[in-house]
Amino acid sequence: MTVTSDKSSGEAPEVEMVALTIDGLEVSVPKDTLVIRAAEQLGIQIPRFCDHPGLDPVGACRQCLVEVAMPDREGNVKPMPKPQASCTMTVAPGMEVKTQLTSAVADKAQQGVMELLLVNHPLDCPVCDKGGECPLQNQAMSNGRASSRFEDVKRTYPKPINISSQVLLDRERCILCARCTRFSDQVAGDPFIALVERGALQQVGIYEEQPFESYFSGNTVQICPVGALTGAAYRFRSRPFDLVSTASVCEHCASGCSLRVDHRRGKVMRRMALATPEVNEEWNCDKGRWAFTYPMLDDRFELPMVRRDGELVPVSWQEALAVAADGLRATRSAVLVGGRVGREDAYAYGKLARLALGTNDVDFRARPHSAEEERYLAEHVVGSTPETGGVTYADLDTATTVVLVGFEPEEESPIVFLRLRKAYRKAATKVFSIAPLETRGLDKLGGTLLPSAPGTETEVLQALAGDGTSEHMGSDAFAAARTALRDPGAIVLVGERLATVPGALAAAADLARSASGRVAWVPRRAGERGALDAGTLPSLLPGGRLVADQADRSEIAELWQAETELPTTPGRDTAAILESASIGEIGGLVVGGVDVDDIGHADGHEALRRAFVVSLDLRESTVTPFADVVLPVAPHDESEGSFLDWEGRPRPYRAALDTTAMADHRVLSMLADELGVFLGTRSLREVRAEMDALAPRAPQGGRTDDAGDPPSPVSVPSPGPGEMVLATWRTLLDRGTMQDGEPFLAGTAKAPRAVMSPVSAETLSIVPGDLVTVSGGGVRVTVPVHIQPMVDHVVWLPTNSESCDLRALAGQAGAVVTVTKGGAA
Amino acid sequence: MATQLTPILTKFWDHPQSWTLATYEDNEGYQALKQALTMEPADLVQMAKDSGLRGRGGAGFPTGMKWGFLPPDDGGPRYLVVNADESEPGTCKDIPLMMAAPHFLIEGVAITSFAIGCNHAFIYVRGEVVHVYRRLLRAVEEAYAAGYLGKDIQGTGYDLDVTVHAGAGAYICGEETALLDSLEGRRGQPRLKPPFPAVAGLYARPTVVNNVESIASIPPILLHGSDWFADMGTEKSQGFGIFSLSGHVKYPGQYEAPLGITLRELIDMAGGMRDPSKKLKFWTPGGSSTPIFTDRHLDVPLDFESVAAEGSMLGTRALQIFDETVSVVRAVSRWIDFYKHESCGKCTPCREGTWWLAQVLERLEHGKGTPEDIDKLVDICDNILGRSFCALGDGATSPVTSAVKYFREEFEVGCHTPWWEAFPPEASTLFNQRSVKVNA
Ligand SMILES: Cc1cc2nc3c(=O)[nH]c(=O)nc-3n(C[C@H](O)[C@H](O)[C@H](O)COP(=O)(O)O)c2cc1C
Ligand code: SF4
Ligand code: SF4
Ligand code: FES
Repeated sequence: MTVTSDKSSGEAPEVEMVALTIDGLEVSVPKDTLVIRAAEQLGIQIPRFCDHPGLDPVGACRQCLVEVAMPDREGNVKPMPKPQASCTMTVAPGMEVKTQLTSAVADKAQQGVMELLLVNHPLDCPVCDKGGECPLQNQAMSNGRASSRFEDVKRTYPKPINISSQVLLDRERCILCARCTRFSDQVAGDPFIALVERGALQQVGIYEEQPFESYFSGNTVQICPVGALTGAAYRFRSRPFDLVSTASVCEHCASGCSLRVDHRRGKVMRRMALATPEVNEEWNCDKGRWAFTYPMLDDRFELPMVRRDGELVPVSWQEALAVAADGLRATRSAVLVGGRVGREDAYAYGKLARLALGTNDVDFRARPHSAEEERYLAEHVVGSTPETGGVTYADLDTATTVVLVGFEPEEESPIVFLRLRKAYRKAATKVFSIAPLETRGLDKLGGTLLPSAPGTETEVLQALAGDGTSEHMGSDAFAAARTALRDPGAIVLVGERLATVPGALAAAADLARSASGRVAWVPRRAGERGALDAGTLPSLLPGGRLVADQADRSEIAELWQAETELPTTPGRDTAAILESASIGEIGGLVVGGVDVDDIGHADGHEALRRAFVVSLDLRESTVTPFADVVLPVAPHDESEGSFLDWEGRPRPYRAALDTTAMADHRVLSMLADELGVFLGTRSLREVRAEMDALAPRAPQGGRTDDAGDPPSPVSVPSPGPGEMVLATWRTLLDRGTMQDGEPFLAGTAKAPRAVMSPVSAETLSIVPGDLVTVSGGGVRVTVPVHIQPMVDHVVWLPTNSESCDLRALAGQAGAVVTVTKGGAA
Repeated sequence: MATQLTPILTKFWDHPQSWTLATYEDNEGYQALKQALTMEPADLVQMAKDSGLRGRGGAGFPTGMKWGFLPPDDGGPRYLVVNADESEPGTCKDIPLMMAAPHFLIEGVAITSFAIGCNHAFIYVRGEVVHVYRRLLRAVEEAYAAGYLGKDIQGTGYDLDVTVHAGAGAYICGEETALLDSLEGRRGQPRLKPPFPAVAGLYARPTVVNNVESIASIPPILLHGSDWFADMGTEKSQGFGIFSLSGHVKYPGQYEAPLGITLRELIDMAGGMRDPSKKLKFWTPGGSSTPIFTDRHLDVPLDFESVAAEGSMLGTRALQIFDETVSVVRAVSRWIDFYKHESCGKCTPCREGTWWLAQVLERLEHGKGTPEDIDKLVDICDNILGRSFCALGDGATSPVTSAVKYFREEFEVGCHTPWWEAFPPEASTLFNQRSVKVNA
């Protein structure tokens, strides 16, 4: 039953090994390994500053000098005249390396460099954030002289300067290792900082005309080997030795970054990227690093509440649960889970719906979605993991061709973006994006735009796969994509936005199949993949089991020791639930971590207004005003659980803070108790034991979809005069409520703007610098215009940025909006 | 037998219009190019090898061998880049050569480019010498007009464009890889090697970088034969070179002579010391980056090997002559100020070391040194030399260590006596006899 995949590229090619000795010890490492890495294999640590395994070598700091002898042509080992930088020199057969451990020359050279590094270093460790975790401090102790002979005048600068609203630079502490500048240039592709000036006055500089606009700038703070770069949010807040660290995983997106949460006396002080080679390597994005203050705001729920006389009033848990149970029992109820919760929590929501509420009306998609998408997820995504042949980060590293559709990696899954950039730089991976405009993100991937208006993605995908026709087929970009797709093994990455384009998900899967490649779905929210596999969809039970399949249903019923049969017909999806609730067909809603406006459904508010709403949340949200019962739940940093990242890889996290806040699964089990049902989700152990009892099942492919032709795309709307087709997606930093309370981070969000082509602009006599007003579907926003080459008669705006909320329109692929010049009259 | 001058590149510098194409053509100009275009490129490379010509830019690397390092033609572009950045203190041969007789260089560029299969050559000129830049531009223009550059040169079907580029005035941009970065429009800082320029140089294509004088020597070698060239000079340092005398000699200037000539001979040719009553105290054989010599070294043959055997380097044959009125501490201090200013900042030893050395030297200069300072200077140099990323840092240590080696007692004086008391500046002036010390 389980499909095994042979998609991994056959046998791994033989790696040529090179044998050498380091401090007299023999070691054999792959060809092209750097000496400093080879030494690490032996547990020999050579001091270093500029060296970083994620960056191209520069050999600038000279801290890593070692003595090297090499065999000449006759095989006589000859010492090289000068000590060599071990971070730039690759190994050679028969090489003899002597580090500071066995060579007086290397030791003296290292001590000399260390002393020189400290010449212009302020040695203000007692007031420096890095003090206590500083590579300079540590290595000065391990590889430096006991005292300095420098008694002259140090270079000083006024301190500090802002590199961006969230990164500060103390120039006098900088040892000019160029890690930050190389990271920004090479890894992130945002070369907005560079070394400027000469000699000891060399310094990290910013471009005056352009801000340091990067979603990855926090990594520079983390890899700075001294306290020169600091994050505004953490600067002077605590000392490293006062912090307690908990390994965790980021809750902000489906990239799945490992994090270290550093806290002190019950308060999170900062978060750092934790190295996980298979996933985020050593990096994370600024949102993951800095957006952690939202649970600490003063609108956090502390006690359960019930609505009395129109007001929410705090009550005991007992009372709140009783009121909730009574309300739900009295009517037909459904469950809406946001894509934010961990998969154990999601599992509990699904189980509550089936077992306690007797319904399959449960959906994790608190965003635009479709029935087609649900079918696609059930056929192609659920159960896909690195073990079952799903696309992985490592596959991206070596892919020859990647096609992006409905997916803007830099905004929607930043670590996927970094991997694609690495693939582009190191493996010359060709990236194509089916989108209306070439973004800076695509540019950084060396990518090629396959221009397509919103709603035409299906056509373009079908044309790429060789069937169908498209007016774009003639272009060079299209021809290049066709050629690239002839190499087998292409990877198609689809984003969650594709859900609303009829036929597009199926067309993407078809394209992958026709190119002997694979397709992967990259959702935005951290909890979506886990919720999918936990069975919180109307047609899916946990582990990819199908509601419609009798055997599957029985398997789950048995697992759950259900006393009655599980509901047999697939339930309603989010939209249908809201529609039904708005007309009273559904009377009760259990809502967990949903911002109702994210769904962008016209009936959303009415549904909540009419229904009896039990809201599980941590803070005041858009659901709260409609809630009849509020049950406080633990935020991410206070709960244990796991996500599945977009690959389907489990990403477990522990609670960083030990508080009394209860995880959703526990609250739900108490609610179920009150409903007279034993949910068995009191502890994580219980939930995991159940989930693990289900044999993994790989995606079944087109099992439920065989009948019928591929869905044909809808015709693209043709905008009338003064109208344009709306293209929109979210930027990484926006008005999302989980970024609340972090002004320094918000300061680096991209300012909203309306992007359109010169032709579009001309038809409306719009010139650069103008304001434009975009309206439609009851929404009206005014933002500055930006004119760049893109698909004509399409206007792009961010979905949910400051003073630019288009969530109500985002669900319609190819919504037509009215665009007028100037501010809203 | 006294060595004779060999005016070849300097032959007609005294012509009132020495820089024009006409004058050059009157002096065998462009005959070598015409001959070269009839030859196999490989034979030209061989000729350069046979002549024994070694790079005149300082390191003395065999020029023909460098050309031979280029990988086989892969159909893509390959470049010749002429290093005309001449910024080493004391070095002044390329700039006068380009001023007085620029066509030697341009003909050399054409021949070399043909030899290595290059269709676009670059001359990177030091930014401050605008007059030289203009003269080169004019000479290139003349050469295009006369059909020595451009399309289908001399009807042979060979195309060559020459771009003259003015730098922005940084010593480090004379280092060949920093030069390439600068030429590409980046900040001039040395590149990590490998890859070497021969494999991935300008725009990551195979590139030969040669000094002005190296390239300018090619036309005479071709015209008169590699044997003619190899017969001059010494066994391993063949040919002629321009020796630039500056400082306390009667007639400072460029003296073109076979390698192996001695300073004693050169000073004689230069009319002796500026003030015959003053003794020679110290001198640089090849610019400020080469360890200084003293009057003990007057008879060292100025060829690569002999100078190296005495602990210095022939470098760029920039002979800066200092008589006994000069404070060596003060001279070294000025040189280190230069290195501190010109260090590109990339690597720690050079960047921080020159910053530190400069401060210690300044104290010694002002009589404020401490007894530990002298050993400290030497040890700082030990921590820079061979630890830096490029040769600029190494070069910065030369004046310090050699000065301490020969004149340690003068550094000791710096622990209590300021330079102006130990070496009254008026003693160095030509009018010192009549000068009176005011308010002493
Ligand atoms: C700091 C530094 C400055 C240099 N400046 C020059 C220069 O101005 N002109 C030059 O020809 N070579 C200079 N060089 C040497 C060049 O790196 C290179 O060796 C030379 O251009 C090669 O030409 P050649 O083989 O013809 O001598 C410099 C080297 C260093 C390290
Ligand atoms: S700021 Fe930090 S990372 Fe950047 S160059 Fe300076 S020391 Fe290195
Ligand atoms: S030695 Fe280092 S700092 Fe000095 S010029 Fe070379 S690379 Fe730059
Ligand atoms: S770590 Fe090797 S030179 Fe910096």
